[in-house]
Amino acid sequence: MNTIVRMTGIEKTFPGVHALKNVQFDLRAGEVHALMGENGAGKSTLMKVLSGVYTRDGGSIEINGKAADPKGPREAQELGIGIIHQELSLMNDLTAAQNIFIGREPRLRFGRLDEAALNQKTAEIFKSMALDLRPDVLVGNLTIAKQQMVEIAKALSYRSQVLIMDEPTAALNDKEIAELFTIIRRLKAEGVGIIYISHKMDELKQISDRVTVMRDGEYVGTVPAADTPVNEIISMMVGREVKDEAVVVPDLSAADVALEVKGLNRGTEIRDVSFSLKKGEILGFAGLMGAGRTEVARAIFGADPLDSGEIRVDGHTCKINSPSDAVQVGIGYLSEDRKHFGLATGMDVRANVAMASMDQFCNRFGVLNEAGMAEAAAKYIKQLEIRTPSDKQELQFLSGGNQQKVVIAKWLLRDCDILIFDEPTRGIDVGAKSEIYKLLNSLAEQGCAIIVISSELPEVMRLSHRIAVMCEGRLTGILPGGSSTTQEDIMRLATQRDPAAQIVSEVQ
Amino acid sequence: MTDTTLTPQKNLIGRFVSSGAHQKLLAFASLIVLLIGFGLASPNFMQMSNMIAILQATSVNGVLAIAATLIIITGGIDLSIGTMMTFCAVIAGVVLTYWGMPLPLGVAAAIATGAFCGLCSGTFVAKMKVPPFIATLGMMLILKGLSLVISGTRPIYFNDTPGFDLISRGSVIGAIIPGLQIPNGVLILFLVAIAASYILGRTVLGRYTFALGSNEESVRLSGVNTDAWKMGIYALAGGICGIAGILIASRLNSAQPALGLGYELEAIAAVVIGGTSLAGGRGTIMGTLIGALIMAVLTNGLRVLSVAQEWQTVVTGGIIILAVYADMARKKKAHA
Repeated sequence: MNTIVRMTGIEKTFPGVHALKNVQFDLRAGEVHALMGENGAGKSTLMKVLSGVYTRDGGSIEINGKAADPKGPREAQELGIGIIHQELSLMNDLTAAQNIFIGREPRLRFGRLDEAALNQKTAEIFKSMALDLRPDVLVGNLTIAKQQMVEIAKALSYRSQVLIMDEPTAALNDKEIAELFTIIRRLKAEGVGIIYISHKMDELKQISDRVTVMRDGEYVGTVPAADTPVNEIISMMVGREVKDEAVVVPDLSAADVALEVKGLNRGTEIRDVSFSLKKGEILGFAGLMGAGRTEVARAIFGADPLDSGEIRVDGHTCKINSPSDAVQVGIGYLSEDRKHFGLATGMDVRANVAMASMDQFCNRFGVLNEAGMAEAAAKYIKQLEIRTPSDKQELQFLSGGNQQKVVIAKWLLRDCDILIFDEPTRGIDVGAKSEIYKLLNSLAEQGCAIIVISSELPEVMRLSHRIAVMCEGRLTGILPGGSSTTQEDIMRLATQRDPAAQIVSEVQ
Repeated sequence: MTDTTLTPQKNLIGRFVSSGAHQKLLAFASLIVLLIGFGLASPNFMQMSNMIAILQATSVNGVLAIAATLIIITGGIDLSIGTMMTFCAVIAGVVLTYWGMPLPLGVAAAIATGAFCGLCSGTFVAKMKVPPFIATLGMMLILKGLSLVISGTRPIYFNDTPGFDLISRGSVIGAIIPGLQIPNGVLILFLVAIAASYILGRTVLGRYTFALGSNEESVRLSGVNTDAWKMGIYALAGGICGIAGILIASRLNSAQPALGLGYELEAIAAVVIGGTSLAGGRGTIMGTLIGALIMAVLTNGLRVLSVAQEWQTVVTGGIIILAVYADMARKKKAHA
């Protein structure tokens, strides 16, 4: 197989960070080459260098044997490099075809658009991908999975020989992932080289041919995917062995109930949800995408209104109409979408850590105690091992795992008794993941009542003392944690669609 | 020659500012270049009296621009500050001239009126979720109309209130240091600037102002009562407009109900030239002050050079675009 891309000795420095140190990478035609590493390892930066978003400080890029120097995404595209971003960059109010050919619309005379040709060309691309989609459908009406397909079609329309996919399965369910993999295999067969960034080990085993691992901005090594054990790849990533420990369910029979929820309802999203949570307990919420887990969490936190339902904290009925009410009674919520709902990325670590607790750091006249805030920030930077040059660093320059730690610090500082973690390890690498697990366990030991919402079953099973399963807005069952519950048990409840057949089994 | 003039200034300002120093440096350098340019072009320009005239001309726009800066940092915009200023002046006229109340009450009434109007705008924006552009556009027209209704479309003079004109035109500094006849209006501008800087940099209200502009939803989900704080910021900005109302009324010794429209755009221009992002989350009072000074220096300098007033407006427009372009170019370079 011939090599399409060869990157050698790539260097990139940002203010205060040496992001890439002498990194190498190569891609052959018709292979899926996985790029792995912890958050902040430099994967995304390397790909941004390849796709022309960043200019490299040193090293060389060869494409098809010729030195190349992409100066921007446009030039990279002309060189045959297409990138599918983690956050999709489509225009929701335009059709699929209009999105794919944006900026290159076929024209008639006098600058009129040739809508027919546009749709026909798009239909051809969809056909070559064996994708059942109308070219004139509005992108905003498509599922995330289908939008991703449109992105891929767009990249292919440039006759890309290289396709970079950054966590393409993050928002997809199993069936959609299978569809994506079918398309990836078809592209492979046609000789397209695919660079695949993901944290999910099982996927890499399924889809990739080679794996390159990066750590702290450095190249660690490249291994064949098929005959390298997962543990070996993980230890390459973190520089040490990571072992999964089984959950130990503590005896909570004497513990007080911290949170009790009765008959929560909102439209079709939340239907008659009731459960209780004890002090020191970790209650996992499992379910498929759209089962209503995040909706329940946001409703308890007062972020969205409820139609009906009762929320009791420490035995007292609470009226929670806004997040500030929830925080008053000691409930904290860590959103699945850190960037939009968890952090002010343009502000520094210190301000973000103090964001929920400003009243602790000011006098009667609202004058801030900067020294106090700095002290608190320093404490959590040390305790949670947040990697940042200083507490005055803006959040946008931290990696995902470190950003997540800042969000956790924010709620620890607020001293909430009930913490709701929504997908706490989304987009976070294996090493940082086990640190966050450890943190959740120690919080529970200290008496925190914790809800963990996760789409990854192994994560739910590893953390939860009990597992609540949701399907289509209903709580279909609560299972005991520990080894007696299997993935199959959870999946059965998560797919229990018929309301008549459900028997809510409260197992303590 | 330019080198020796610039270097010490740069060091001085370099110590002055910590974050976002580049844009302020750029704006400050432009200000110096303008001063030197006009100074070389006309010997009259660098006169002490002309410098004081420039400062005096900056005072009203500067105070309004500080109010606008607060709102813009939250990611909003306030189109009503010009007519709000006028409305506050008219209310001061009612209290002092129609009702014959003592001077401090008139001043207090103007500031309270501004704060109340700001609170109204803030309620529309925060509670009723009307976009700031629309809410304050409505407020702009409401206040313009009310000013005309209350005053009966006639100016209200302050001839019966002795000392009112001294609020802006007198010179406390001049009384202490006889050589330095800096008018009170300028002194008030700098006091407002220092207070606003302090609030933005050192208080909870200020921290939330930046946080709201940076990511409002995330702040709300941190359990902060964002609506209340936002209303507070609009009220504060309104109160500052009240101060501007007193300044302009004092300078004209009258409340001119037809005045005010257009002031909001000049103020926003000063904010933008000063490097505050219209997207919110970033901005400084120092920058805004420099922005307001640049506009006043331009207007004054072109007048000293006998450029027709029509052309002065054209140049100001060009400068706004140039200032933002320079900022964008710098940011792009920093990101590459």
